[in-house]
Amino acid sequence: MAQIIPLRQLDKGRQARIVTVAAEGELGRRIRDMGLVPGAEVEIIGRAPLHDPVALRLKGFTLSLRNSEADFVTVEPLE
Amino acid sequence: MPCDILVALAGNPNAGKTTVFNGLTGARQHVGNYPGITVEKKEGTACCDGHEIRIVDLPGTYSLTAFTLEEVVARSVLADERPDVVVDVVNASALERNLYLTVQLLEMGVPVVLALNMMDEARSLGLRIDAEELSRRLGLPVVETVARRGKGLDELLHAAVEDVRARETAPWKPLIISYGPDLDPVLARMEACVNGAALLTSRYQARWTALKFLEGDEEIRSQCRLADLDATRELESMADEVAAHLKTTLGTYPEAVVADYRYGFISSLLRGGVVARSSDTADRLAFSDKLDAVLTQQLLGPLILLGILFLVYQITFVLGAFPMHLVEEGFSLLKTLVEAVLPEGLLRSLVVSGIIDGVGGVMSFVPLIMLIFLQIAVLEDSGYMARIAYMLDRVFRAFGLHGCSVMPFIVGGGIAGGCAVPGVLAARTLRSPREKLATLLTVPFMACGAKLPVFILFVGVFFPSHEALAMFLLTLAGWVTALLVARLLRSTIIRGEPTPFVMELPPYRLPTLRGLLIHTWERTWEYLKKAGTVILAISILLWAAMTFPRPDEKTLAALDVQTAATAGAGDAEGARALAQLRYSLAGRVGQALEPVTRYAGFDWRTDIALLGGFAAKEVIVATLGTAYSLGDPEDEGRLAGRIAVDPQWNKASAMALMLFVLLYAPCMVTLAAIRQETESWGWALFSLGFNTLVAFCVATAAYQVGRLLL
Repeated sequence: MAQIIPLRQLDKGRQARIVTVAAEGELGRRIRDMGLVPGAEVEIIGRAPLHDPVALRLKGFTLSLRNSEADFVTVEPLE
Repeated sequence: MPCDILVALAGNPNAGKTTVFNGLTGARQHVGNYPGITVEKKEGTACCDGHEIRIVDLPGTYSLTAFTLEEVVARSVLADERPDVVVDVVNASALERNLYLTVQLLEMGVPVVLALNMMDEARSLGLRIDAEELSRRLGLPVVETVARRGKGLDELLHAAVEDVRARETAPWKPLIISYGPDLDPVLARMEACVNGAALLTSRYQARWTALKFLEGDEEIRSQCRLADLDATRELESMADEVAAHLKTTLGTYPEAVVADYRYGFISSLLRGGVVARSSDTADRLAFSDKLDAVLTQQLLGPLILLGILFLVYQITFVLGAFPMHLVEEGFSLLKTLVEAVLPEGLLRSLVVSGIIDGVGGVMSFVPLIMLIFLQIAVLEDSGYMARIAYMLDRVFRAFGLHGCSVMPFIVGGGIAGGCAVPGVLAARTLRSPREKLATLLTVPFMACGAKLPVFILFVGVFFPSHEALAMFLLTLAGWVTALLVARLLRSTIIRGEPTPFVMELPPYRLPTLRGLLIHTWERTWEYLKKAGTVILAISILLWAAMTFPRPDEKTLAALDVQTAATAGAGDAEGARALAQLRYSLAGRVGQALEPVTRYAGFDWRTDIALLGGFAAKEVIVATLGTAYSLGDPEDEGRLAGRIAVDPQWNKASAMALMLFVLLYAPCMVTLAAIRQETESWGWALFSLGFNTLVAFCVATAAYQVGRLLL
């Protein structure tokens, strides 16, 4: 089984599955509203010119969030 | 025919809800604001099968919790107006996430008709959706639409009407989802408690209210507290108990469990062939990704962004200059006409200087505002606005702002020559309330076009060989002040965590002309309605302050002599005007202010000009002309000559004045815009006082330091 890493450390272009979302309150709600929940598959498709925020691909749409917000999410890279 | 059916449109942002609304209602719509907040309220009417239908466009939301104003509004419209049916517009290509809102609508119990929008995009993504099966599983009508091309809209409306007819007066039937072994038992107990105390049961389903307690919904909790404190405490303690339990046993939160089960419900809905993906078709997102690879590339991205912002700026102010000039010409023609018809006296002065100048001031901004709104609509509808925020967020976040703050700043004069009015209105694209407020309050620090004549005049006289450099430094001073003040505000009176950035980057799309025109027109009209009334009133007040009280002939003659002595020799007509101005309320205020403003190097004549500048910054140079006893205040060459020899002016006081003009109170049109955008006179008055204070401190420092060094 692949190791579990923070979303921030996921390489660009690599598929991964979300393992945990540890955010509470407003941030937690926003993240979950957008479909970032355990089990969802994500891929980092780009980073802003200053490497923050990141652009994520989820099923059928693209999402951007700040690195500090990505830190609440852990993922398991897929082969 | 009276409206007999009420339809509410719900859906995620970027799902094409507005396009559906425009398609259904055409021109039969009007926009307002919900009372007390800045969320737009759109309503329209349509006819179908002999029914007159009222359609309310709810704000675009991803959820129905109460974290954003949009969500609170959407929820209270559903609860209070109880629409006969809700048309939920979903983006078919991101069905799972879009259904998250649908499920919440169903949990509230509202009758829903699903519009599977953007079916063309979904197909090109290789998605096949079995609408019939989805409809059967959800137990509600599902209609496929492509709102951009008007496809499926008639069927949609028809399905909504049919649904209302079929149900008639049957009560709302909420969807019940299982939230698993940890939450279901407590949810049942809480539901019983809500029912027992009849908490909000006239507005919401009991189970739904109980669920909101588990989700930590503050809005519902406080409503309950007002209704029944004891029952609320009981519910809260049950919610806290299960939260603590989840935290220790599973390390998670009730709201996370709720979200997991909702998404679980959705994926079981879509399983078994409701949604099938084939990967061999051309990927529409791939096209967007290719564009993004260039448009948000590390080096090219910012360069292209700079180019686009510059283009927006150029189009607004170069292209806008022509119609703006026409409007101004029109009003000056009107002035000449009125001057010819009305005899000289108070009435003429009121009509010309009070009413025509005031209304003309508002009207001359209209071309600029239409152009800026049109371009913002293009940037928003095409999806590029989200990329601007994405690229610049890191920079602006450092100052407590948001990536989207760049647009208001640039338009407001971030490149010298902008205008704060469209700048403030451009802040509308910001969805985060604290960041938006900080942006609104700092945009007026930028070097807008109306401040330029003052700069040109004084730079020309005192720093003649460094004109370009001085202009550049002033523009820079505007930026530095705006960003630092934003930082200050965000760590004091608008304190609070940065609003989460989590934002969708919608695929690039070609905007539809109809959408652009409707957008532009409704925003412009709103400006005209609100700004027009406020500004007319203020402009008449200012006129009165500069006109009354009027000295009688004897006093005037005495004043004339006195004024001529202090202000130096001018022509007789000019001296007389100055004497009258001095005797007026504004003149007295100017003189009363002199002991204070002397620290920044301004005398009472400058003070009057600055007071006049509150009406519009363009007025400053003209009023200085009057105050320096010139018959023709437009004569800048002569004014420059007088300023150059006047002992009151030197490099230090010129520098102080330029900085003061750059930073002090926004003009009244901007204030009206700030009031409109914040829905509060408080913030408008705050920016009036606070900016003037900042300006005075900076100007005084500049004057005192300058006197020692220059």
